[in-house]
Amino acid sequence: MKSCFGALHARMRDKTQTARRIIQLWCCATGSACMTTLAHALPNQNVLAPAGIQAAHILRLWNLTLIVCGVFFAAVLAGVLVAVLRGKRADAAMTPDLSGNTRPERGLRRSVVAATVVSVVVLVGLVVVDALTDRALSKLPVARALHIELVGWDWWWQANYAPDGGAPGFTVANELHIPVGRPIIVSLTAGDVIHSFWVPNLHGKKDLLPGIRSTVEFRADKPGVYRGQCAQFCGTEHALMAMFVVADPPERYAAWAAAQRASAAESADALAQRGKQVFEQSVCASCHTVRGTRASGALAPDLTHLMSRQTIAAGRLVNNAANLTAWIRDPGAFKPGATMPPANLSDPDLRALVTWLGTLR
Amino acid sequence: MSDRADTPRSADAGLLLDGPDAPDTVRLALAQTWRDPPGWLGALAAVNHKTIARRFVATTFVFFLLAGMLALAIRLQLARPDNRLFGPDVYDTLFTMHGTTMMFLFAVPVMQAMAGYLIPLMVGARSIAFPRMNAYAYWVFLFGGIMLYTAFALGSGPRSGWFSYVPLAGPDYGLGKGSDMWAQMITFTELSALLEAVVLIATILKMRAPGMSLNRMPIFAWATLATQFMIIFAMPAIMLASTALILDRLVGTSFYNPALGGDVLLWQHLFWFFGHPEVYLIFVPALGFISSIVPTFARRPIFGYTAVVLALIATAFLSFGLWVHHMFATSVPQLGKSFFTAASVMIAIPSGMQIYCWIATLVTGRLHVKTPLLFVLAFFFILVIGGMTGIMLGSVSLDLQLHDSYFVVAHLHYVLLGGAVFPLFGAFFYWFPKVTGRMLDERMGHWQFWLFFIGFNVAFFPMHLLGLHGMPRRIWTYPAGMGWSTMNLVATVGAWAIAASVLLFLVNVARSWRHGKPAGPNPWGAGTLEWATSSPPPPHNFDAMPVVHGRDPLWDPPGRPAHVTGLAADAREVLLTTVLDAEPDLRSLFPTPSIWPFLSAVATTVLFIGSVFTPWAIVWGSIPVAITLTVWFWPTRRHHLRALALERKP
Repeated sequence: MKSCFGALHARMRDKTQTARRIIQLWCCATGSACMTTLAHALPNQNVLAPAGIQAAHILRLWNLTLIVCGVFFAAVLAGVLVAVLRGKRADAAMTPDLSGNTRPERGLRRSVVAATVVSVVVLVGLVVVDALTDRALSKLPVARALHIELVGWDWWWQANYAPDGGAPGFTVANELHIPVGRPIIVSLTAGDVIHSFWVPNLHGKKDLLPGIRSTVEFRADKPGVYRGQCAQFCGTEHALMAMFVVADPPERYAAWAAAQRASAAESADALAQRGKQVFEQSVCASCHTVRGTRASGALAPDLTHLMSRQTIAAGRLVNNAANLTAWIRDPGAFKPGATMPPANLSDPDLRALVTWLGTLR
Repeated sequence: MSDRADTPRSADAGLLLDGPDAPDTVRLALAQTWRDPPGWLGALAAVNHKTIARRFVATTFVFFLLAGMLALAIRLQLARPDNRLFGPDVYDTLFTMHGTTMMFLFAVPVMQAMAGYLIPLMVGARSIAFPRMNAYAYWVFLFGGIMLYTAFALGSGPRSGWFSYVPLAGPDYGLGKGSDMWAQMITFTELSALLEAVVLIATILKMRAPGMSLNRMPIFAWATLATQFMIIFAMPAIMLASTALILDRLVGTSFYNPALGGDVLLWQHLFWFFGHPEVYLIFVPALGFISSIVPTFARRPIFGYTAVVLALIATAFLSFGLWVHHMFATSVPQLGKSFFTAASVMIAIPSGMQIYCWIATLVTGRLHVKTPLLFVLAFFFILVIGGMTGIMLGSVSLDLQLHDSYFVVAHLHYVLLGGAVFPLFGAFFYWFPKVTGRMLDERMGHWQFWLFFIGFNVAFFPMHLLGLHGMPRRIWTYPAGMGWSTMNLVATVGAWAIAASVLLFLVNVARSWRHGKPAGPNPWGAGTLEWATSSPPPPHNFDAMPVVHGRDPLWDPPGRPAHVTGLAADAREVLLTTVLDAEPDLRSLFPTPSIWPFLSAVATTVLFIGSVFTPWAIVWGSIPVAITLTVWFWPTRRHHLRALALERKP
């Protein structure tokens, strides 16, 4: 008897171990152990934590609507509960009560009419409050606004900063910096399919439509890093088309903008210079631009100040040398379907290339 | 009424006429006349509305199960962050097929299919109008669904979403045949839906039992009538849109290509001009189910019949004024948006009014708590939450935050499952005894209900929060650290609970079909005409045609005459009545079973599928369609002579 149990126990233990091993394997295969992705807590992407006046307006409307709807829901539920809990039960044989056919049910009618009238009044109230919120959103003071043109591409963001106060404009990708307290006017369009700009802590969505230009206006009132991502299904890597908006105090923003305006710095390092050559002479340069070099492609992110960004591949990977190397070697491993082809570079070339990219601060 | 028809005719020797006092031979003759022909060829030629509707409901339910399995796959993928169970393209195909199937191959057609079974019985008719067209519509629908799933199985499934926005679904970005298959599936299902709409409208308006004036019509018939008119106005928009998409893809037109003067928003307007009413095409018939179930189980007629009917019609009209609330994030002008906000919020009023009338009915009635009523009570919980979130989405500024986030996924499932699938399961439990003659098991019904109700809320409530925490829709994966992982895992658990409940339903159906408690004609003690005949109904529905004297014919005190007599028992003769008052108007000889609707559907399928590959298929494909349709409609000498013989000689 005992040995029988023992054998059974051993077999069960075996089975549990196998099961655990299978689970482990599955976890590895499904990429949960992907060390290179963004494992740390990501910045805020939350409707309920506004960092700007527009999102705050919307949150106020949300709170009000939630309360009104909650009261209404509770009332309906109470009505149903009263119906279910009161009175005796019937069965199918019970003669139906037809008295309502001959005698008007005045009290009941009054209640239903009253409930309908109250609903109409409340709904009209909601429409009015909504219109007022729309008005508030469109009344954002835009004097001294910073103008940015945002273009959506499969699957990354191009941001063209307009000339500002005499200083020339410049182009960045996937990471916007904005000054706190200053209104931002973003003009939106798309290069291929429809995308949607959504940084919930700052404002609601606005679509980027090919062939149509629209604008969105917002202001960050709290410094911080806010995450956003494409909200309109745009194909294969819709899920991995994120962006960061960094709201800085005005002086810090000014310093950042000045640095972005500059062309890429020359590096004295021999390895880096070789990397630059690799970049200019390989396919890289036909899609990417690095201002101050011969690379002036217009199909992919501007890399002039690549290392000033926190992430690469539209928020997919933390921006460091290891991730850059892995990404350049095989973008599809991190972002299946990405339009960037795998680089056909020898290891020394790749090392040189990443070293040079590391100088693009 | 009765004497007008039968005095001169009974004189004609050899006519077998129906009536309440007719001998058994007449009943047998009626059954023989209206029966479907035997054999597998006969099965393809069947035109009896109950046969077609049973197949139709079963087919849509199979699609429901398939789409449900796709949903489980979607939930598995999203259960954990950075999951690589599926790649992005497979995932995109999964959610596209899930949405497309649920909307086009399940939700809209199942409501028409249910109506195809119930409406003739409810209005006291022997048949549905245009029975061959009804059969043709079913075959076209079936072939369209099979085509889509064949493409999916062969790896050519669509992956641009059920809404197929251009340019993503256009020739430049929607590579492969997926979007063509999708657009052509639209052609199939919309053709079927439009034909069904014609069939149902004609049945409701011209084939009601004498005395069933419009103001005595069951509310389900009103709901169906309103829905079918909506289909007639909404569907052409999507057929136009999808045809233009096929033309863009197949022959290089540029309706949607901004580089060549096209417009990407044109698609969205046309799609949502159909797409928003479509939600109500699903919801309004379900309101009809509720208005059938509530009075029966509250043991009293519905309170506020007129208000409920007017609310249904108001909903049908208003539903055409909301489509832009799907487009608030595009560049639509502000003033226009405010109009659509008002319309979106105002459509809550007729729905609210119906809810108040039902609650009034429930409060003043005495409840008979059975599974169908449970599903209706769940409606009050789930649909009201869905309606509230709908009001939120109708508001421009709130929508800017909520649009295309998981909040919308939560909202639409609360509306469509709470507003349609819960009432539909209630309807299955309610009418199953009518269709099979046996009751579904109550205990399993309760288990199924609670599993479904709890599973549903576990699956979909967290999605509201996910949306507020910034999770967009249609993403195949998400990074860890977004704070979305736990809620997604919970949602996946809920999805499996729903699957378990549906499995329980299948077991219940399989067991009760053969071994359920025999139902008898009217197991729930209901008041409408479908319960006046045996369960399952005979091929001819009613032995004697009823005359209606009130809104609940089986509850109201009996009136005189109770029946009309004098329709031929050995020919498919039906009584047509006037549109408003349902006074007897004409006797019409209905068509017999025919294989040609099936063959026409096959020819249509060849044309539709061929045209995905070459525009020339329109040319050569139309030849077999023309031939089969011609043969189908060719009048036969026998039918003609029969009709003449049945004519009343002056």
